[in-house]
Amino acid sequence: MQENQTRERVVDSAPYGFDDLAGLMSRMTGDEKHSEAATSTMDALWVLYDRVLNVDSSLREDRDRFYLSKGHGPQAFYAVLCAKGFFAPELFDMFGAFRSPLGYHPDRALVPGVEISSGSLGHGLPLAVGTALGLRARGLDGSRLWVMLGDGEFDEGSNHEAVAYAARAGLDRLNAVVIDNHSATQGWPGGLESRFAAEGWATRRVDGRDHDALERAFTAPHPGRPALVVADVGAPGDR
Amino acid sequence: MAGIMRERFVGVTTELLDVHENLALVTADLTAGLFRSARESHPDRVVNLGIREQLLVSVAGGLSLAGMRPIAHSFAPFLVERPFEQIKIDLNHQDVGAILVSAGASYDMASSGRSHQSPGDVALLATLPDWTIHVPGHPDEAEAQLREAATGDGLVYVRLSNQSNSEPYGLDSGQGFRVLRRGTQATVIAVGPVADAVLQATEQLDVTVLYAATIRPFDAGGLRAVVRDQAAPSVVLVEPYLSGTSTAEVADALVDRPHRILSLGVGKEELRNYGSPRQHAIAHGLGPAGLRLRISSFLSS
Repeated sequence: MQENQTRERVVDSAPYGFDDLAGLMSRMTGDEKHSEAATSTMDALWVLYDRVLNVDSSLREDRDRFYLSKGHGPQAFYAVLCAKGFFAPELFDMFGAFRSPLGYHPDRALVPGVEISSGSLGHGLPLAVGTALGLRARGLDGSRLWVMLGDGEFDEGSNHEAVAYAARAGLDRLNAVVIDNHSATQGWPGGLESRFAAEGWATRRVDGRDHDALERAFTAPHPGRPALVVADVGAPGDR
Repeated sequence: MAGIMRERFVGVTTELLDVHENLALVTADLTAGLFRSARESHPDRVVNLGIREQLLVSVAGGLSLAGMRPIAHSFAPFLVERPFEQIKIDLNHQDVGAILVSAGASYDMASSGRSHQSPGDVALLATLPDWTIHVPGHPDEAEAQLREAATGDGLVYVRLSNQSNSEPYGLDSGQGFRVLRRGTQATVIAVGPVADAVLQATEQLDVTVLYAATIRPFDAGGLRAVVRDQAAPSVVLVEPYLSGTSTAEVADALVDRPHRILSLGVGKEELRNYGSPRQHAIAHGLGPAGLRLRISSFLSS
């Protein structure tokens, strides 16, 4: 069922592919080189929107939701939303301008397809816990949630409240994706996934640039508990 | 123990949860035990998160994003002050609605000390747009405010307190000021549970007494109407939380005419005293005698 939906969306989607994202992003940044923050998320975002999420610009109530918690460097996110038909690429030319809907941190009130406004770190996962509870209470059982955060963002204590509670509440529609570029100042000895695992999450660590590996991790079943995928993109110096 | 307003909150909310299918209640351990029966009836919509107050507000925001009408409840310091950025970002900035219901007010838990006292909650919330801020002075007012909030979709704060007036002065007057007494020398605005003390303090004085159980939005039109014929109105603001919280609202309402304002409320300085709410009210000059002294002095100056 899920596979069929995925395949149909690929056929129907706007005529952009993964290779077009860099070009779309350059309309915002003015060159082909992008900041680490902007590109570290690109592969995971693409795999989610191209192969995993059941969402399109109609924003049906029973859609899957994607919450970008790590709102800094949103160019790749904007590029993926544009590629998937949520808005026209002309918006990129105004990136960051006074009247532009596209700012340096996304605003859900301004950008079609953006589900949460972010920028301040440590808000996406706690918000998603609430939404997962709400979807469950409303019986929207086909709707799943993905939240993307960074390994540095995981420093914020608010995440730890959410990680502990989500597992205890058995929120199996909830999925966290941590883009790990090894930027947390004190690091996470044993991997940050060990903190999720201790609370009862299903966890996987994959190559954050390997689309097939990301898809497999995103679609692996995790009945009765939330899931974490750590997308390891290496430390900036490794690239 | 829980206080009469908080007990009413529990009873009314339990009933509302039966009626409104999209209503949800979120707690962070405090008061959770009193909602046991509601939780048994609606396990998916009555959620206790443990002692996690940042999550408390964020979950309210996330529930609202999913189409629910959330009520989040804790003591005022842990609902408004500790997770204030969650209120700003996960409610206001997400452009979603929620109902925050606090207990404890400025010093209901006087003997618990500073950590459980929140005189600054209204001032903090008032820095954000779009909040309706209720300061009920009677359980009946709190009940009416809760019922109305449950059917709405906006941002609503209900500040419950163990302090209460003998009558629900604000009932059936909407959200604007209600005239409790007419006079000519000054207009005294009593907010929520300080009304009885204000009425007692001004008994022999020639002043108008206005009552508000809702302080945001501020009823500027109501105040202007009352002082319409006065060349240079004198206004006394008596608020049961941080002194001066609504002074700018009064000044804005009267911006086009000379006026004087006396702002009374809870002082900013920490008392570092325990004791009872009554002792704290007296220490902050909010007992009838203290109010009368300062209001009389203002009128004769």
